[in-house]
Amino acid sequence: MSKLSEFINSKRRQVENEDSSALVKSPVARFFGLTALTLIILGTLFPLYWMLRTAFSTNKSMFSDATSLAPVDFTFGAIKRVLGLATTQEAIAEGGSGGQISFLHYMGNSLIVCTLIVVFQIGFGALAAYAFAILQWRGRDTVFAIFLVALMVPGIFTLLPNFLLVKELGLLNSYLGIALPAMFMAPFSVFFLRQFFLGINRSLIEAATIDGASHFRIFRVVAAPLVMPQILTLSILQFIFYWNDYLWPFLVGQSEDSKLLTVGLGIFRSQTPQGNPDWAGLMAGALIAAIPIIIIFLIFGRRIVGSIQSSGVK
Amino acid sequence: MATTTQKGFTQSQFAIAMVFLIPSFIGFFGFFAWPALRGIYLSFTEYDMLRDPVWTGIDNYVNMFQDPIFLNSIGVTLEYVFLNIGIQTVLALLIAVLLHRFTRSIVIRGIILLPYLIANVIVALVWYWLCDYNLGLINSALDGLGIQRMGFFGNETLAMPTIAFVNVWRHVGYTALLIFAGLVAIPRDVYEAAEVDGAGEWRIFRSITLPLLRPVLAFVLVVTLVGSFQIYDTIAVTTEGGPVHATRAINVYIFQQAFEQRNFGYASAMAVILMIFLAFIAIAQNKLLKANENDLDR
Repeated sequence: MSKLSEFINSKRRQVENEDSSALVKSPVARFFGLTALTLIILGTLFPLYWMLRTAFSTNKSMFSDATSLAPVDFTFGAIKRVLGLATTQEAIAEGGSGGQISFLHYMGNSLIVCTLIVVFQIGFGALAAYAFAILQWRGRDTVFAIFLVALMVPGIFTLLPNFLLVKELGLLNSYLGIALPAMFMAPFSVFFLRQFFLGINRSLIEAATIDGASHFRIFRVVAAPLVMPQILTLSILQFIFYWNDYLWPFLVGQSEDSKLLTVGLGIFRSQTPQGNPDWAGLMAGALIAAIPIIIIFLIFGRRIVGSIQSSGVK
Repeated sequence: MATTTQKGFTQSQFAIAMVFLIPSFIGFFGFFAWPALRGIYLSFTEYDMLRDPVWTGIDNYVNMFQDPIFLNSIGVTLEYVFLNIGIQTVLALLIAVLLHRFTRSIVIRGIILLPYLIANVIVALVWYWLCDYNLGLINSALDGLGIQRMGFFGNETLAMPTIAFVNVWRHVGYTALLIFAGLVAIPRDVYEAAEVDGAGEWRIFRSITLPLLRPVLAFVLVVTLVGSFQIYDTIAVTTEGGPVHATRAINVYIFQQAFEQRNFGYASAMAVILMIFLAFIAIAQNKLLKANENDLDR
């Protein structure tokens, strides 16, 4: 028991040392501060709860119980419908369009495309970061600076001609067409990893060089394993980014076989009738698209928060 | 190895570096530099993606400034950026201070960040539903309170502020976390000294927190402002630029010109102007950032 409390105390000291802030002590101020924080947390979570609540309600109940906090006529109908697991008759009976939608399929597409992007982008990005941080060559910093210009250019500017390129390559409506630019081109990943390669103790690299190891070997055996935690963090951040991306996959992947979740959701919404939308279905689709990110958040939240915070003090 | 001269060593690393950079060079030239040049070329042409582009000189640029919808889209975008960044920065500062002064919980910081991790499209649809005129929770609640229902997305005056608010909701936690990181970096004894001197919360905020936070705030503004000008997703899945042209922001108009009107050259010209404008902002803000070194360093 005392061991445990000792451990907890040491952890607490650690946390307090990391965080130089002084907490407010006045009870009145604390009351108002904590009340404000509670309201902000409620305002943050409530819309997401409302998505959940609607996804498990029936469309009919939207008219009778618009303000009920709990799901009305609790049902998995909407979820089944957008996953493509309900028959057309069932779908129409529940207020769906009856058109074929399969978020299960879109989720598979999103998974494949995002994995493809993350694996290649971060693999290639790490190689480039190694060349910019560890290898010594003339013009290195100039080349890196030119490389970073791409980070500043607004997406829509290269998006239009890149669409033409992918079209000319015959890759419209394919996984590769959606993934290709991001697989090869990611100044952010290079920039992010370069910082951590720069932090590697040079004597480690030199020792390996003297032992006769090639730079490919040093990259694979020494450098990359040392920055593995940052590679994992970057993979999570980039996976979320591309999972959420909309405009590019919308342009390039319109077919049923290449539609990503966000695209499926956008098209579902635009096809839903103006007067009487399938709200339960829409929210069920939104929920399904959000769930993988929420799972990632629950597992890696601490890491994500930490990495965003550290980007704020650069 | 030992016999390699210093010069030879450097040369061999140049060759290795080039090999390591092959994929990134493919990416840079194939998906950035070449498309960028092509975009600039197309901005001087008329191009419908079916026939070959026809050189039209600066016509697209001249027409742009006589196109009332383009001029409107600039105004609409500025309105959005002003509302979005204004509200977001103030609210994020407030949240950051609350996180800094009242709790150390990383769970709370995580919850505050959560909306930022959810796709724009999802966030937009959830709020579209909450704000629905007939069945949405907000209007049903307003109705229950005896207040008239409002067409948040359907009303010309309300649509852009509503979209700005939705994106504040998504981004405010991220912004707050960046500011929070800046707050944590302020030495603790500065606060303790102020408390010993009997300074109140407001005084501490005004005389310590705000001045020491200036460089972080400048950084946050660079990041959020350039992003804010490129508003697209939220509009694309809700109002699609309407009602009339009330939410036809610059990126929305560029997209519609390129892919719905098939005026690819004209759309490219607008993209060039947007890029020049954003580069100008980034450079100006960078100057500002440098001029505003932390007061502690003085």
